[in-house]
Amino acid sequence: MDAVADKVLTARGLRVAFGLPGGRTARAVDGVDLDVAPGEIVALAGESGCGKTTLARTLLGLEKATSGEVAFGGVPLGRSSKALKAYRRQVQLVLQDPSGALNPRHTVYDAVAEGLRIHGIGDDEPGRVADALARAGLRPPERFFLAYPHELSGGQRQRVVIAGALVLEPSILVADEPVASLDASVRGEILSLLLRLKEDAGLGALVITHDLGLAWSIADRIAIMYLGRIVEQGPVEQVLTDPRHPYTRALVSVLPGSLERAQSPVAEPIVLAGELPDASRIPGGCRFRPRCQEVASGNALAVLGQCEGEDPALDAEAHAAACHLVHARMAA
Amino acid sequence: MTLLEFRDVHVTYTGSRGRIPAVRGVDLKVEAGTTVGIAGESGCGKSTLAMAVLRLLPKSAEVRGEILLDGEDLLRMGWGRLRAVRWTGASIVFQGAMHSLNAVQRIGRQVAEPMLVHDKDLSPAAAAKRAEGLLERVGLPPSRTRSYPHELSGGQRQRVMIAMALACDPDLIIADEATTALDVMVQAQVLQLISGLVSERGVGMVMISHDLSVLSAVCDTAAVMYAGRIVEQGPAHEVFAQARHPYSAALGAAFPVIGDPAARLRPGGLAGDPPDPARLPEGCSFRPRCAVSVERCGEESPELLRIEGARSSACFVAQEGEPVVIG
Repeated sequence: MDAVADKVLTARGLRVAFGLPGGRTARAVDGVDLDVAPGEIVALAGESGCGKTTLARTLLGLEKATSGEVAFGGVPLGRSSKALKAYRRQVQLVLQDPSGALNPRHTVYDAVAEGLRIHGIGDDEPGRVADALARAGLRPPERFFLAYPHELSGGQRQRVVIAGALVLEPSILVADEPVASLDASVRGEILSLLLRLKEDAGLGALVITHDLGLAWSIADRIAIMYLGRIVEQGPVEQVLTDPRHPYTRALVSVLPGSLERAQSPVAEPIVLAGELPDASRIPGGCRFRPRCQEVASGNALAVLGQCEGEDPALDAEAHAAACHLVHARMAA
Repeated sequence: MTLLEFRDVHVTYTGSRGRIPAVRGVDLKVEAGTTVGIAGESGCGKSTLAMAVLRLLPKSAEVRGEILLDGEDLLRMGWGRLRAVRWTGASIVFQGAMHSLNAVQRIGRQVAEPMLVHDKDLSPAAAAKRAEGLLERVGLPPSRTRSYPHELSGGQRQRVMIAMALACDPDLIIADEATTALDVMVQAQVLQLISGLVSERGVGMVMISHDLSVLSAVCDTAAVMYAGRIVEQGPAHEVFAQARHPYSAALGAAFPVIGDPAARLRPGGLAGDPPDPARLPEGCSFRPRCAVSVERCGEESPELLRIEGARSSACFVAQEGEPVVIG
């Protein structure tokens, strides 16, 4: 096995269901396959409530999968605390809100060294902390050792959070909305950092976001999630400039930044009616059908029976979509 | 017709750190039936400016200049008149609808409340009926009038806020980051709703956002604020697509156009942080972060000047007709 395959984070047939009062079940993650390798950035995009955060938590072993499997380098994730601890040295979480993720009474040094202490790595603690801070772009690192979070700007706080993840020298970062709470100009700074960590250090990252522009700025691949499932995935250029699934087409069409119509792959904005259904009431058949613009406009009449009868699976293309209409057009 | 006009507006907060100028001389006009966008980072003074319109600022804020609503100066209005103007003349949609709604009151009643306060002859039943109609207009089914805020999604709550802002038929609506927390699809729904209101009812709209791409999609004109001043102003899509101030260029680049090869794997942005308003740099306040600054920028602060057509810029480099973006 080569060095990269050794460090690929994989999910196969992953499902996470939560019991709700009244005996209902919310299927937050409902059959997801996903790979993240070192040296690539994968964006997982979708609306609030689509299950992307639950998926991330499950990938980190913070949530128990109902079925399916998470594996790292081909080794399934164990449930023992020892196995989880070893796993988390390799796969680290970066939280979204840096103000909430940092203890206001801990210095930057303590915040970054915490991971080392948890993992019992005692040798050269100051050196490791300094190195992590420098890699996160806080230079010279010693200047930040004794600073408290409130003395830092929003961008610097987010860098401290990233340094806390880097200090354990992981192979993969899982970042949940890493720039959602940051100002426009700081955003670019943090995204550049993630991109540089990938290019220089071969780090892999799964970036969870509701922002497709972020994917365009840094990701190699993108997976679009709708109501617990990935409905389209592939290389960013292809998915975002030539979307196949009706849901992705609608999302791309309403991006304010792509209103330069000439450049947009979808000519007219498609504003879907309604909102994401509740994960405890996933429609039968294709889960997107009740909001699908192709069904509503009658374009999907030929495959409507299938749309109503079975939930489509992703096809085997490198740029894959889970849509009966797309599959029928491909076959024709 | 000019609906709202800011004339040399200054807002200064006085606190433990002394006097902090948050808004430093803003001139801006909003015509009826048009949407004006104000963009900028946190702390640039954009929300302070919005709050100053309805005099919602804390006591520690000192406001100078004139803010004219239909020719009447809001800053010199008596409290009774101001109460009447709030909701009926102008209303605000705040960000974070969860915190702005009353958690223990049904939303139908919350939308009806300003109507009852402002129209003594209106019966509660008639107000409830009108509230239902407004909620329907913003895309919420009549059954939702009996819901509590926590039973609604974020997008639905934001629409309740818009329905409330419309309750007394105001001429001016100020939306402060009204779509920031929303998902793209819900944001598109809300923006469509807002644009519809402006064109159908001829209201004037001020839209505040840190996202220049959103403003370029919805607004007629856009003003970009930095450190309490307007640094660029012009037709919204032009400001976004071809900035004439290095700060607007950086702000616009933070939200890439998908499909633009120049932005692919090259996150745009701007190093550094906005200046501390209590300690502004000498000369142009953007100079410490500027890539195109010249010697003059350290000596004097550039005025916002018309550079061509409807475009204005407060940048010496742009005023000389030079490009403001390197590369």
